[in-house]
Amino acid sequence: MYRIVTKKVLNPTVTLMEIEAPFVAAKAQPGQFIILRVDEEGERIPLTVAGYDRERGTVKIIFQIVGATTMALNAKEQGEFITDFAGPLGVPTELEGLSKVLIVGGGVGCAIALPIAEALAAQGAEVTSVIGFRNKDLLILEDEFRAASKELFVMTDDGSYGRQGNVCVPINEMLSAGQTFDRVITIGPLIMMKFVTLATKPYGIPCTVSMNPIMIDGTGMCGGCRLTLVQDGKRVTKFACVDGPDFNGYEVDFDEAMSRGAMYRDFEHHKYEEACNLFKKEVK
Amino acid sequence: MAKPNMSLKKNPMPTQEPLVRARNFDEVALGYTEEMAIDEALRCLNCKNMPCVAGCPVNIHIPAFIERIKEGDFEGAYEIIHKTSGLPAVCGRVCPQETQCEAKCVRGIKGEPVGIGRLERFVADYHNAHSDNVPKTAPKNGHKVAIVGSGPSGLTCASDLALLGYEVTVFEALHTAGGVLVYGIPEFRLPKAIVQKEVDNLKAMGVEIMTNMIIGKTLTVDELFGMGFEAVFIGSGAGLPNFMGIPGESLKGVYSANEFLTRSNLMKAYRDDPNTPIMKGGRVAVVGGGNVAMDAARTALRLGAEKVYIVYRRSMDELPARREEVEHAEEEGIEFRLLCNPVEILGYENPEDKRDPKNGFVSGMKCIRMELGEPDERGRRRPIAVEGSEFVLDVDTVIMSIGTSPNPLIKATTAGLEVNRHGGIIVEEATGKTTKDGVYAGGDAVTGAATVISAMGAGKVAAKAIDDYLKSK
Repeated sequence: MYRIVTKKVLNPTVTLMEIEAPFVAAKAQPGQFIILRVDEEGERIPLTVAGYDRERGTVKIIFQIVGATTMALNAKEQGEFITDFAGPLGVPTELEGLSKVLIVGGGVGCAIALPIAEALAAQGAEVTSVIGFRNKDLLILEDEFRAASKELFVMTDDGSYGRQGNVCVPINEMLSAGQTFDRVITIGPLIMMKFVTLATKPYGIPCTVSMNPIMIDGTGMCGGCRLTLVQDGKRVTKFACVDGPDFNGYEVDFDEAMSRGAMYRDFEHHKYEEACNLFKKEVK
Repeated sequence: MAKPNMSLKKNPMPTQEPLVRARNFDEVALGYTEEMAIDEALRCLNCKNMPCVAGCPVNIHIPAFIERIKEGDFEGAYEIIHKTSGLPAVCGRVCPQETQCEAKCVRGIKGEPVGIGRLERFVADYHNAHSDNVPKTAPKNGHKVAIVGSGPSGLTCASDLALLGYEVTVFEALHTAGGVLVYGIPEFRLPKAIVQKEVDNLKAMGVEIMTNMIIGKTLTVDELFGMGFEAVFIGSGAGLPNFMGIPGESLKGVYSANEFLTRSNLMKAYRDDPNTPIMKGGRVAVVGGGNVAMDAARTALRLGAEKVYIVYRRSMDELPARREEVEHAEEEGIEFRLLCNPVEILGYENPEDKRDPKNGFVSGMKCIRMELGEPDERGRRRPIAVEGSEFVLDVDTVIMSIGTSPNPLIKATTAGLEVNRHGGIIVEEATGKTTKDGVYAGGDAVTGAATVISAMGAGKVAAKAIDDYLKSK
């Protein structure tokens, strides 16, 4: 059992938790993920590490309440326990030698982008960050990003905060004005990452994307997290759990990944509704 | 003593009716009664040279335990089996006895061999139902051994070392101990309660089992030595599934057998209102001819499929699954499409509506007929495609069951541990010793996908070698 040391609501749909998991905390690095189960009957879900405290033995996760499992997780309070918490899994984000980096985060993906921005800042790199949200209510981690970045652009789709528009707006402005970066690292919805790669590709800047496909074991056994890279014109199967979750954004077949990600949409929607009804009953 | 039973046939195994069991997840085989067990035991001639024992990867004293059954001393029979096999209730169910002990049985020369596997299962089930005795372990010797993985090789190695007095800790990556016995082999062939019983037995013997520990990630092998473990056994099992490399394998509705079985077995997606989803019903093609393919096909049927095909590129003679599993599958209504190989998986695409929810799901599988040519280097006749013979199989789920490649996590983080070109850990066969001092390995992590009993045999060999190694240190 793993204790929830801290629980903090970041916005109506996003929650931060620190989980006591000393073995994971001792090893975790930016870009890696964990697998958790909320209770004995729960499904296994992967969540990317949003931070860690090696001394306290805690790992920070930030999750969006999108389905039955994240809703059950969100129903747990500080001091309560979850059944399973395993990791760290996946390959850490490659940061060595980078000195000027553009970080692009979208929605809850910003939670994963932040430790990468912080690690880069700590190694003396110049970090420019673009973070995007649907609206002001969903904004998270602005102060933290500001602290880690030389320059920060906050974008909202509806213009209710920061600048109106998607994350590609400032990217296009910077790149067309001649700004250069060693690397672009982007984490967020698949459709956003796809458009970031389309925006950066003409400038030849390496672009790393963090994939978050459906997983079950997460340890290199089931093959459910497979995705296709196009390398030298050949289609190559890779597994996000052991080969990723970071990949060269120019090689990823995003359309396929988006299609696969929607495989259980009906099931998930049904489970979510079911969970909602359950919680409503409990509140009464 | 009763007279020998000279019947040429084994006592048949009572089973659920095929059409009933094809729709439930209860165990197919129901097990012998005491009368059947004694009657079957009386078929054993108690040969002096015991050819059956040599056929057993863990050398169970087969005629000796069968003698006890003849006398009605079922606990005594259990004690004999347990001397050499830590998991009799498992082996009695999933061992391929027909190619091992029973293949050597003298009674098999004329007629059927003694039903050794069925008797082993009977004895183990009798013990589990009647006794809570925990096997006696030697006094603790103060030496610590780490076991990586709680599948058949890891559990066997742990059991043998615990009996010898070692302090054993098993590190399991998943949330439940049992490895392939839990995530891979379905409930209807190996009830999970039986695996749990074996795991509980180990715990009662003082073995510590730590779940959620991914060796190679959470801890490395070198860190285990740093924590005071003096030897490490790696039984991390098979790894990532292979795919064919044909178009359409990333369509929705294409699974690896590992994923399909893990969803159903480990995550209990077969239940009525599961938390982990799985595609149920419809028309299913399982590609491959091994035991795992049979498990996947029969699971799909039980999940409510209207039609299940096994698609295999050679003929029935080459099909590697156990005969008994093939017969069970056929009885249940699974259709074998032999000499047939997939060339493309077809997907649904609505040209009018890009948001049609059916887009991107499997709509069929294009196959080509095969014929058998000259034997290959292993003596199996090579399948050759018959030009122009393509046809489309009408399916909406495809399960690829064509093998696995070893998990890369431990190799990637363990300096000095060498693997062969397939990724399997290199070991000395007689000891399980790897190229790294104090590290032993066995099971699928070494051999690639093989059987439960061969993994257990490897765990046993390694336990003995670890004992010798630590005594000589």
